[in-house]
Amino acid sequence: MRNIIKIAAKNLLRYKRRTLLTTALIALGVVSVLLFIAVSGSFKSLMIGQITDSVMGHVQIHRKGYVASIDSLPLNRNLNAKQMAKVEEILRAEPAVESFTLRLRLGAMFSNFTETTNIRLNAVVPEDEFRAMPLLASRLSEKKAGEELLVPGGVLIPALLAKGMQVTVGDTVVLVATNRDGSVNGKPFTVHGVLDGISGPGGRDGAIHLDDAKELLRISGVEISEIAVRLKDIDDLPAVTALLEQQLGGLTNKEGQPVFEVHTWEKLSPFYNIAKMIDLMTLFIKVMLVAIVLVSIMNVMIMAVYERIGEIGTIAAIGTTPGKILALFLAEGFLLAIVGTATGTVISLLAIAALNSAAITFNFGMQTGLLLQPAISVGQIAPILAMVIFISVLASLQPAWKAAKMDPIAALRHV
Amino acid sequence: MSLVEAKRLEKTYVSGEVQVQAIRGVDFTIAPGSFVSFVGPSGSGKSTLLNMIGCLDPPTGGTLSIADTDVSTLSRKEGARFRGEHIGFVFQDFNLIPVLTVYENIEYPLLMVQSWPQAERKKRISQVLAAVGMADQAQKYPGQISGGQKQRVAVARALITNPKLVLADEPTANLDRETANRIIALMKEMRDEFGTTFIFSTHDPKVVKNAETIFTLEDGALKQTDTGGIYA
Ligand SMILES: Nc1ncnc2c1ncn2[C@@H]1O[C@H](COP(=O)(O)OP(=O)(O)OP(=O)(O)O)[C@@H](O)[C@H]1O
Ligand SMILES: [Mg+2]
Repeated sequence: MRNIIKIAAKNLLRYKRRTLLTTALIALGVVSVLLFIAVSGSFKSLMIGQITDSVMGHVQIHRKGYVASIDSLPLNRNLNAKQMAKVEEILRAEPAVESFTLRLRLGAMFSNFTETTNIRLNAVVPEDEFRAMPLLASRLSEKKAGEELLVPGGVLIPALLAKGMQVTVGDTVVLVATNRDGSVNGKPFTVHGVLDGISGPGGRDGAIHLDDAKELLRISGVEISEIAVRLKDIDDLPAVTALLEQQLGGLTNKEGQPVFEVHTWEKLSPFYNIAKMIDLMTLFIKVMLVAIVLVSIMNVMIMAVYERIGEIGTIAAIGTTPGKILALFLAEGFLLAIVGTATGTVISLLAIAALNSAAITFNFGMQTGLLLQPAISVGQIAPILAMVIFISVLASLQPAWKAAKMDPIAALRHV
Repeated sequence: MSLVEAKRLEKTYVSGEVQVQAIRGVDFTIAPGSFVSFVGPSGSGKSTLLNMIGCLDPPTGGTLSIADTDVSTLSRKEGARFRGEHIGFVFQDFNLIPVLTVYENIEYPLLMVQSWPQAERKKRISQVLAAVGMADQAQKYPGQISGGQKQRVAVARALITNPKLVLADEPTANLDRETANRIIALMKEMRDEFGTTFIFSTHDPKVVKNAETIFTLEDGALKQTDTGGIYA
């Protein structure tokens, strides 16, 4: 085996420029794929993190039909005390759930005493909300110094609104809301913070304390529109979703209709499709890599066999078995792949390190200055290298087979 | 006891409608340690016969046995094994592997055809290198030595595994007269030193005279057999 590799290496060195070009081509392909995976992966996880950790959570639970009419934030599709108790019981029993936050969502009129506009609000228990949305605090571009992030009487307003209405932290504003029965109520609030918007549903909503919302809407008991659940590990998402769907989906009302609906962030956020597109592009680039490797290796190996017909005849005549001749040529393809992938991997890792140290930032929708942190794991590199090496050996197979099957006399006469 | 034994040996090439009877039923035996030449005009069947003896081309009729093995029925792989074990080859165009040094070319059969341990390999290679007078050229590549030197290396490669038989089809056709004579002389020396049987073909009468047994072919048939060192 060692001797086969040694002879294969010597044969590759015979045509240095051709070998160099082929390995360079393979290396380039590997670099494109690895860099794309690293950069798009960084972008993807950053975007997913922003969405799940500052707005949506991983899973959301609503009363059946709420999501379908979510644009109007209907107050008549909230969950009641009994239903909430059931949900909380199930969530607390689930070890994969890290935390969750209860939201009463409402639309209101927002007035700065000279102008009035609409605002969508999440009424929350601040401790729960900030625990379940760990990146929410980082979205506060301005906040009231020395105060809790959200207290009764305070409101967090979206940045666009703050700009449009020329309102800043500390200003007093009035929120007016219509409750379920149609009666209108207003209440003054102090602006406690300004929230940077993020792309996707809920990304431009303000927030108030749950107690204030109850007062504004004149609610005495429990009314909750949405439960946003944060998991310990996003990889558990399908399993936990299935479990919640099974446990909550079985609960029906008197008419036999299900009471709850469970949605993952993937179903609720349009960014999931962008993430899917990125995955699809990664697949395309991988297919291109396969094509590059297949064509370039097959091309050099066909040339190598054609140029060495006389030599093949010689070694066959002096007793080299067809199996060994096959192995000699496969080894050449294998070595080209090894050198190409090794070079490509080293270049990729250096390029990723360079990108990280260059601290490149990018903007996505409303968010600015997101830091690109490309990274790639052994688990991502290994299958690509294995694929390139496999394809290379596969591409060498036909030429190598031809060499092995050659009739020594015909091959010798070829000289 | 004979090393090569051919009985009514035939070879007919068929390509489409055309049939060429290259060898038309020849009988001969070659004893171990002989120094044999096949001669004859171009197209008389020398190469065809040597290819059959070399297990590179199966006969289409008669029997051919080498070292008590019927070689007419060997598969490709068996043929390769048999050649690797018992037969050495010297070619008209030297056919050294250009990417390997003289030393590595001679080592090739010990590594890739047989598997000799390193120490024995080294010993055997220096013995044979010295025997063909190429010890001081061992690290050169084929492109760096003369035709005569290449053929010496080729003889060394053919002998390295200690085969029973070395076949050489026109080994001197690409060499000048003087060098040709030296190569034939070298082969004879090697026969004397290692006891290997040498069978070569040529159409050069001056080269032929060195052979001890001469089979003359004409139109695929054996015309004449001269033995007992008439020319020697
Ligand atoms: N593969 C083949 N297919 C058809 N005919 C062949 C083939 N090989 C050889 N022949 C024919 O067989 C006959 C003997 O050829 P061979 O090559 O054995 O002659 P030779 O004595 O070696 O000639 P030379 O001195 O020119 O090398 C010739 O008529 C040749 O045309
Ligand atoms: Mg011939």
